[in-house]
Amino acid sequence: MSGGSFQLIYVIGLLIVAYLIGSYREKRHYQSIIKREHALNSLPAVNLKTAPKGHFQHELVMGNVTISVDYFKRFLALLHAFFGGPITSYETLLDRSRREALLRMKEMAKEKHAALVLNVKYETVSIFKGSGKSIGSVEVLAYGTALIPSSQAVASNVATTTQ
Amino acid sequence: MDITNLESMPGKKIVKHLGLVQGSSVRAKHAGRDLLSSIKNLFGGELTSYTELLQESREEAMDRMLQQAKSVEANAILNVRFSTSSITQGAAEIYVYGTAVQLEATE
Repeated sequence: MSGGSFQLIYVIGLLIVAYLIGSYREKRHYQSIIKREHALNSLPAVNLKTAPKGHFQHELVMGNVTISVDYFKRFLALLHAFFGGPITSYETLLDRSRREALLRMKEMAKEKHAALVLNVKYETVSIFKGSGKSIGSVEVLAYGTALIPSSQAVASNVATTTQ
Repeated sequence: MDITNLESMPGKKIVKHLGLVQGSSVRAKHAGRDLLSSIKNLFGGELTSYTELLQESREEAMDRMLQQAKSVEANAILNVRFSTSSITQGAAEIYVYGTAVQLEATE
């Protein structure tokens, strides 16, 4: 009997700790995403396929991220799955992952002095399955073709060969 | 070697199609880091070791695709696509494929 109540306390304690740490980290992550998105607004990433006129060097850029959901949210998702309806706790996970992956792709493009990223594609996979059918974490890859204005391309090529 | 996920290269025309080239890589993390990740998994947030793992294997897959493209004497790979699938817990397969072509400047 006492073993059972100890286990219950353990699970509830873990849920509370996971909730506190998880939501704090999510809040911080969102703040950093919004800040960096603002800074990278000048570099558009689109999923059009036709390049604008002009001389550009093309280069593949990508960004990936693996984010996991905390224990509390996984518990919530289990309840949601039982009663049906939208699982909001996973929606933020996927939203964060996609935005972070796109940001990392943009950062890579910025390093190469790109003016535009074309044909952006996302690739999502759940890599860390929790107990049962619940998803533990997802990996998102964002990739596209960076268009680098020719004069910049020459400069960055020189920089990489001299390194 | 030009690698792009567009279907054509402006200012250049395709003179020869050399078929599909591909590369794949399956990787797993060693048990110690896997254990750390599962602790992190409780509290949410980024699993850096997995981000790195998948990045490394993506690079390897791309390398293999490049090698294949070189062996058929291509000078560009067009319409590159990535695909990822989880095989078991802690391991993922990365697959990269594209069309190998020979390009020539039009002007």
